[in-house]
Amino acid sequence: MTSSTYEHSVRLEVSRCMGCTTCLRRCPTEAIRIVDGHAKINEARCIDCGECIRVCEYQAKKAVVGKLEDMDGFRYKIALPSPSLYGQFDNLDDVDYVLDGLLKMGFDDVFEVAKAAELVSAYTRLYLKTEGVKLPVISSACPTVVRLIALRFPSLNDNVLHMLPPMEIAAKLARKKAKEQHPELEDGEIGVCFISPCPAKASYVKNGFADYKSNIDVVVSMSDVYFNLISKMSRSGESQISTESGMIGIGWASCGGQATALFNDEYIAADGIENVINVLDQIEDGNISNVKFIELNACTAGCVGGVLTVQNPYIAKSRLQSLRRYLPVSMNFLTPEEEKYIPELYLFDELPEYEPISLLSHSMAESMRMMADIQTLHDSLPGIDCGACGAPNCRALAEDCVKGLAHMQDCKIIF
Amino acid sequence: MSEPLIFHFDVDGENFTSAGQASTQVKKNLRQLGLSPDIIRRVSIAMYEGEINMVIHANGGTADVIVTEDYIEIILADKGPGIPNVEQAMQEGFSTATDSIRSLGFGAGMGLPNMKRYTDTMEIDTMVGVGTTITMYVYL
Repeated sequence: MTSSTYEHSVRLEVSRCMGCTTCLRRCPTEAIRIVDGHAKINEARCIDCGECIRVCEYQAKKAVVGKLEDMDGFRYKIALPSPSLYGQFDNLDDVDYVLDGLLKMGFDDVFEVAKAAELVSAYTRLYLKTEGVKLPVISSACPTVVRLIALRFPSLNDNVLHMLPPMEIAAKLARKKAKEQHPELEDGEIGVCFISPCPAKASYVKNGFADYKSNIDVVVSMSDVYFNLISKMSRSGESQISTESGMIGIGWASCGGQATALFNDEYIAADGIENVINVLDQIEDGNISNVKFIELNACTAGCVGGVLTVQNPYIAKSRLQSLRRYLPVSMNFLTPEEEKYIPELYLFDELPEYEPISLLSHSMAESMRMMADIQTLHDSLPGIDCGACGAPNCRALAEDCVKGLAHMQDCKIIF
Repeated sequence: MSEPLIFHFDVDGENFTSAGQASTQVKKNLRQLGLSPDIIRRVSIAMYEGEINMVIHANGGTADVIVTEDYIEIILADKGPGIPNVEQAMQEGFSTATDSIRSLGFGAGMGLPNMKRYTDTMEIDTMVGVGTTITMYVYL
């Protein structure tokens, strides 16, 4: 997939943008510039992490996701709640009420992503035992991390767990279940709706992995569904549906959940995009040894920290801890027969191709000349990285000048 | 032929937390030049190990990376204690790092061997009490 065809989920609403430098300086891939008084996102560099949505004081950055109405065309509607959803409600002592609320909203079935996560955990334990697997294995669950690796850490491509994320496995299993229970349904009549904590997961559904196409039809934002759902939820009495996930599945919503489910303490679990980049840099430098698994979450605290959630990530995490308390460790096991190999359903073949986004020129000689110019220009700039010119720092302005995208006169300190 | 590019870094020996920064910056630059992921990885590992060594053993120093169209040259120079027995220092697992350094996860005795492994040539010029200069080449 090339950047020109990559469909993003983070967009700018120009009329709301004040042209301040907040997002500019927080973007981890330096994808933003302020041009003519408002922000401009470089789509080739954007990894849909949502940092700019999080920090914008004017709500000028928006996540482009679907609406519940998009499901209207389907005869049989399935909701896929991500486990982080369970942490959004106060005074909730049973996950069943969330699932029940989704049915009352008009879904015909609910398939928990947490259930699929437990199966992914079980197969990941198997994957780690597979001979020839390149260590450390890096989790593929966070789409922002997968894209970041494709754009910036190509030498780690082979380390990425070649297993689809739980949301995708949930979609596949949910469709299978629907077909079994309702053989009269045609494929096109079954609609699968993922309730997402972040825009990156919506981008994953739009773009898939390389050639792989997602089984999810509609992605809605957790915050959009929230008030509708809360009005339908009861907190007591009988529920029409019971949860099929245990501690492990719910644990996936916060940082460390995926890694601890491997029952192997040789892991790293990192959260927050800056930490993620730092860990990837250190793996690339060969500085991390004796580690078998790396769980990386672009959002602080993990998926509970996604920008489309409602509650503070740490409060959500604490609620999940109490919801988990009396649940079994896992409700999804592999039979000895299933323990033998990882089914095709769980795997993907290829990661997106490496795109050297920061490449100056396709000619090495030309790149070298340009970099020499960048260094000279950079030395002549004030070096205070104020962002007033519209670039995130002086180095970026020097690069933009040499690429012909900006002028030295843009520097407000010198001129 | 274009002029060689020179990246110069002062490696701060006082500040252990900043070790590895030069390597990260070089990595960024090499990506912009369009070098292959494999070359970038080799250079960044060699740089990183060298940087750490200078911080642990020599109270810092300088790192210069010279990029031409044919090769990348890495020169790491310090005014540290020097290496009394280079042959011994090149053995995998040999380390003179202190316990406190080891408790941070460094000092595994793989620094110099890794630098040699990931580069095409490596030369060590060292004198006890004067300092050490290591010159490495990675051919493109």
